[in-house]
Amino acid sequence: MLAYIARRIVYVVPIVISVALVCFLLVHITPGDPLVAVLPADASQELAAQLRAAYGFDRPLPVQFGLWLLRALHGDLGNSIATGRPVLAEVMRAVGNTVTLAIAAAIIGFTMGILLGLIAGYFRETWIDKVATSFAIAGVSVPHYWLGMLLVIIFSVQLNWLPAVGAGPSGSNSWAWDWAHLKYLVLPAITTSVIPMGIVTRTVRALTGDILSQDFVEALRAKGLRETGVFRHVIKNAAPTALAVMGLQLGYMLGGSILIETVFSWPGSGFLLNSAIFQRDLPLLQGTILILALFFVFLNLLVDIAQAAIDPRIKRG
Amino acid sequence: MSELPLSATADAALQAAPATKARGYWATVGRRIMRDKVSTACALVLLLIFLSAILAPWLGLEDPYKGSMIRRLRHIGTTGYPLGTDELGRDMLARLVYGGRLSLVIGILPVILAFCFGTSLGIIAGYVGGKLNTAIMRTVDVFYAFPSVLLAIAISGALGAGILNSIVSLTVVFVPQITRVAESVTTGVRNMDFVEAARASGAGPFTIMRVHILGNVLGAIFVYATSLISVSMILAAGLSFLGLGTKPPEPEWGLMLNTLRTAIYVNPWVAALPGAMIFAVSICFNLLSDGLRSAMDIRN
Repeated sequence: MLAYIARRIVYVVPIVISVALVCFLLVHITPGDPLVAVLPADASQELAAQLRAAYGFDRPLPVQFGLWLLRALHGDLGNSIATGRPVLAEVMRAVGNTVTLAIAAAIIGFTMGILLGLIAGYFRETWIDKVATSFAIAGVSVPHYWLGMLLVIIFSVQLNWLPAVGAGPSGSNSWAWDWAHLKYLVLPAITTSVIPMGIVTRTVRALTGDILSQDFVEALRAKGLRETGVFRHVIKNAAPTALAVMGLQLGYMLGGSILIETVFSWPGSGFLLNSAIFQRDLPLLQGTILILALFFVFLNLLVDIAQAAIDPRIKRG
Repeated sequence: MSELPLSATADAALQAAPATKARGYWATVGRRIMRDKVSTACALVLLLIFLSAILAPWLGLEDPYKGSMIRRLRHIGTTGYPLGTDELGRDMLARLVYGGRLSLVIGILPVILAFCFGTSLGIIAGYVGGKLNTAIMRTVDVFYAFPSVLLAIAISGALGAGILNSIVSLTVVFVPQITRVAESVTTGVRNMDFVEAARASGAGPFTIMRVHILGNVLGAIFVYATSLISVSMILAAGLSFLGLGTKPPEPEWGLMLNTLRTAIYVNPWVAALPGAMIFAVSICFNLLSDGLRSAMDIRN
């Protein structure tokens, strides 16, 4: 097992370097000079050249990448052009809010998905299955930013039960787990949860159906095991794959939160990314994408290792 | 002369063969789709949306660009404006119908482009194998290290707003996914006997890929690509919603949803209409793709 973990970690190194390369190159595919955001419009040629040298933009690209990577390894992702504060600190503060949202959405989406999937798989080809599958298909087909708007229209505008935007009452600048804050979390979390709900439902339904049609289930029933006992076997067999899918979905929620965070003005990493894009704050854009992608890579690594650890059928050799 | 009757029988059998010929694969798939009620309904809804988008100028609709300050945000069902008016007083029905033109193109074109690039890359990687396969597939792995929404927004954000940039960024998101599927089905086919036979009879690698491999892997890749259209529609409209795609005053569902966001306190249901269009197209493509998948799975 240790050898397997070590090999998986070694395999991640080239991926991490390539991800960093993609993030580095993002700034260089932007049209125009990367200095354009820092440089005053009436800057002289000398000032431009000075700044170019100060930022290292006059060196060859591979050297620039090497230096950038070295600094990034020391946690220095540069300073935000808009605020002047270090990018890493800005991103990590925002990521905390995104994690809060993703975890709340995961609790809702995964619970619903597992329940619907198990029920649909167990009562395959009945009306119960059809209802659960329709939920799942609607979940993966709905434009989630629109669903967010609908929920705001119903629960904030019409019923006035829940706040429409923000992440806490005015005056509060950090997250807390009390009702005053939680009611800001309800709508964004439900909105974020529909896609994972749909995908987990589909996965668990397919797994349950496959496992129930295997011979060993017949054998279990033949020896007189009650349905609850059979069900325990189904869950045990479905768990590794379902877990892997859920891990991946958690990664998508962390990295793909920009649309929902924009709808709800949720001050997370997606919201930060949005402002970085529109203020042409390239270091912040680069840093946010790098950190979110690295989160995703390491989450994938954890899922692989966890799957190998709990599923004896996976070859670790 | 004694063989004559025998060869005559063989001739007769050969001539009779076309009459009893089984229906072709695609004809069977088509029939199965037609028999599936859900797929047929989805196909009809999509046909309606596509036709109305194409024929928009000849449907006698209002001008989708002409606004009026005195008739802003009319409710659904107002006389003359069956679906109300938007925040600048433009007819919603006209804008939703015209909006289909851009929304469908920016949602579907990336998948078509990615289908062409991804299939070519995947077949080459799968058939040639070796170092080329490693090079292509490891590059694909790098793109898998990004959640697709993040990758699309990163590229669009770096390239700047614009329809072309949004199509490019979504194509980049889907190429790796299709390449992976194409590579895996091609590796499954490349060592089969008929490929070996083609090689033995002197066919070059290009001919084998074009004639013998393509026909056998295209179906599977096509079904996978159709399942991506729904995601692509949502993401393309999402980019416009963020302000990274279409620019005003162009009618486009994602952008309309964004500009109408401010109106949810005045006229919420009109504000929600463009999203309903995205949802309808997306769910229809999803269900149709599911229907196609089970119709093509002849073993069932």
